[in-house]
Amino acid sequence: MLRFILRRLLAGVILLFVASSLAYLLLYLGAGDIARQILGVSATQEQVAAKAAQLGLDQPLIVRYVDWVGHAITGDFGASWFTSQPVVAAITSRLAVTLSLVIGTTVVTALVGTALGVWAARKRGAADRFVQIVSVLGFAIPGFLIAIFLVNVFALNLGWFKPTGFVQLSTSFPGWLSTVTLPILALSIGAIAAIASQVRGSVIDTMRQDWVRTLRSRGLSENRVLYKHVLRNAGGPALAVLAVQFVGLLGGAIIVEKIFAIPGLGPVAVDSTARGDIPLVMGLVVVTAAIVVVVNIVIEILHGFLNPKARIS
Amino acid sequence: MSESASTPVPTVAAELRAARSHVGRRLLKNPTGLVALIVLTVMVLLAVFADLLAPMDPSKANIQDVLAPAGGAHPLGADSAGRDVLSRLLFATRFSIAGALWAVLIAAVIGVTSGLIAGYYQKWFESVSVWVISIIQALPGIVVLLAARAVVGPSIWLIMAVFGVILSPAFYRLTYTAVVGVRNELFIDAARVAGVGDASIIGRHILSVVRAPIIIQAALLAGIGIAVQSGLDFLGLGDTNVPTWGQMLSDAFSRMYQAPVLLIWPSLAIALTSISLVLFGNALRDELERAAGKPKKKRRGTTGYVPDTSGDAPVVHDEERADDRPTLLAVDGLVVGYDQPDGGVKQVVNGVSLTVRKGEVHGLIGESGSGKTQTAWSILRLLPAGGRIVAGTVSFDGKDLAHLSESAMVKIRGRRIAYIPQEPMSNLDPSFTIGSQLVEPMTVTLGISKAEAKERALALLGRVGLPDPKKTFDSYPHEVSGGQAQRVLIAGAVSCEADLIIADEPTTALDVTVQADILDLLRDLQSDLHVAVLIVTHNFGVVADLCDRVSVMQNGRIVETGPARSIFRGPRHPYTRSLFDAILEDGAARGPLAHSADRNTITERSAR
Repeated sequence: MLRFILRRLLAGVILLFVASSLAYLLLYLGAGDIARQILGVSATQEQVAAKAAQLGLDQPLIVRYVDWVGHAITGDFGASWFTSQPVVAAITSRLAVTLSLVIGTTVVTALVGTALGVWAARKRGAADRFVQIVSVLGFAIPGFLIAIFLVNVFALNLGWFKPTGFVQLSTSFPGWLSTVTLPILALSIGAIAAIASQVRGSVIDTMRQDWVRTLRSRGLSENRVLYKHVLRNAGGPALAVLAVQFVGLLGGAIIVEKIFAIPGLGPVAVDSTARGDIPLVMGLVVVTAAIVVVVNIVIEILHGFLNPKARIS
Repeated sequence: MSESASTPVPTVAAELRAARSHVGRRLLKNPTGLVALIVLTVMVLLAVFADLLAPMDPSKANIQDVLAPAGGAHPLGADSAGRDVLSRLLFATRFSIAGALWAVLIAAVIGVTSGLIAGYYQKWFESVSVWVISIIQALPGIVVLLAARAVVGPSIWLIMAVFGVILSPAFYRLTYTAVVGVRNELFIDAARVAGVGDASIIGRHILSVVRAPIIIQAALLAGIGIAVQSGLDFLGLGDTNVPTWGQMLSDAFSRMYQAPVLLIWPSLAIALTSISLVLFGNALRDELERAAGKPKKKRRGTTGYVPDTSGDAPVVHDEERADDRPTLLAVDGLVVGYDQPDGGVKQVVNGVSLTVRKGEVHGLIGESGSGKTQTAWSILRLLPAGGRIVAGTVSFDGKDLAHLSESAMVKIRGRRIAYIPQEPMSNLDPSFTIGSQLVEPMTVTLGISKAEAKERALALLGRVGLPDPKKTFDSYPHEVSGGQAQRVLIAGAVSCEADLIIADEPTTALDVTVQADILDLLRDLQSDLHVAVLIVTHNFGVVADLCDRVSVMQNGRIVETGPARSIFRGPRHPYTRSLFDAILEDGAARGPLAHSADRNTITERSAR
């Protein structure tokens, strides 16, 4: 097990290195006169040259890249060009907010998606059609559209929730819950649709397996076989979909955070890209890629737990 | 060679063409597909003729008209800069759809081309593609787009081109799979042998196969493209000079408290277009599947179905000696049917009657498809989905199992009637240890503790001849052999002390050497436990080895039944006789055999 995790971690680190290197080179190759962009059109040529030297932009790209990698390994991603705040500080203060939102959404998605999928697989007929319609709508309608709709109905018209604002999870759980309910709802509908249709399909497939009949022939009720045996076997494919959905939610959170004015990574991402603040953008790329790598490893471990065949090897 | 090889090519191509035109026509008859197509057509027409339809310049701001209500010069009102909403909506339709199509076009060109090359030539190109894709997918699409936006600026075309690259793996995978599937088809080989060049093969044969899936994928991705493009503009990262649905949404959102009505039009446009694209893609896929032979679904109306039990009465052999053992199971006039999509019922068992006495071994023999397994499953009431007992009774210990409630049936299964399946490897849950699959039913049906059940399970595993019960108990199903798995399943069947075991071809899936061992085990257990067995088989050797009584099944009917000895001595139904002849043909002894010699020959063959 440990060897398995170590090997996945190594592969993850390599992927992380390749992806961030590619991002670094493409970002700097694509960027124009950075010092001029920062200082604006009114700056003199000397000021621009001084700024470029201060940022190290007068060095060749390869030298800057090696320097960046060297610092990045020690956890130093430089400072924002505009606020001079260290990149690590700018990101970590907001990472917890986004993660609490995305992980909360993932939990809701897994629970509701599985319940809907099992329901559709068991009852078929009307339940099945309902889940299929929800799947189409959830897949088709963008999350931020749902978010805008929810704000209008539940915050502005009904007044059940505050339209904007955020309470840290560490400050107050009920406060956090009341501020993330609508965002989680908006983010989760699309993901629930994906999980529900996956679970529905794999439960229907698994119920056709020979061993389901044999277990039932031993005197186990259909529900017991379904919830203990079928669901565990159907869980593997659903987990793979959940991993993909998590990556999508990380992106979706950026837009939803703007709608609900949640101080997560979203505003940082939008501001830094709009201004072309490359050190901050690079920090975000590395952090999200690292999260994706970790999530994939966690999912693989969970998958190994569900499916003994995937455990060793 | 070329003569015969050239024939399949036009046939297959013609079939494909026929299937395609069919799909096109059917799509127009599919209500959701048609509505989606109409909505999309209207959207495209609005986008194309935006210049003619728009009453005003979409970017012309007018301070006096800021947030003007609908009516007058502004049919849909004016936005926060006093721009005409209707005009902006029309031009936004043009740019939003064009942006999404542009991304899909880029994705399709990159994905399909690389998929064709990787699938057709494979080798190094394939491994490079796999790596590139995993790098692209290491990041959420939005984050990549934001990073790209930091460099390329707000241009909708550049951003959507980058998004096209991000989407391209979807087309790559689709094309790659299809090409790998097709490239080994007979007609591609035939074309190559006939001297058709690679480019021509790709163009004519492979592209024609992947075309429809690509259209479906494109529809779904275009929906995602619209969502992402609007999302970026909504975040304020787009080009403010180009009106799009996202720009309108962003503007309306900033004025949500003053004029929430402004949100409606761009939201409606995005939702309507996205849903239509998904429904169009789904409808096209449904019709393709249907064209591929999947029957159209209709609701069943089978309550009034009258079963057909006509046919000759079975040949019944007289009892050789009085048998005073009481009847345990009596199946009478059993009809099993499967509901068909067209509303009919396909009958697989047509009025089977048979009895099993206490402690007796009853063989149900017949060729595959004769309905013997269906009979066995319906006694347990474990027919696959769609199958049901249409008529007849299954009396077991004074109860009619055919009409018993499911909860009452649960109490019968395992405890009273147990089951040994045919294929050992697929009949154990791969995710649980063998031990837990033995313990769980015992704790449920016998109500004993886990520790006691474990003790019994270990004893049973030893009893069925497994050399290391502890090890097997802790193993997962994939860690044991087929013969061991079958012993485990037999242990499971006898674990709850049932009165009747239904064994469905318990040796068919095993190696010949293992078959004899398993039959020995069954015979020993049966005589130790005095349990009744209904054994389904197509092998007269098994019958000769184990059975007191035989029923011969053909086409869902019992054609001959009676004591095993009597049937072996003088089979009377022609079908029974042909089954005997079949054995003798592939048997070791080729010479003419007297009827009386049959039994010994067969017994020896199967037991050794």
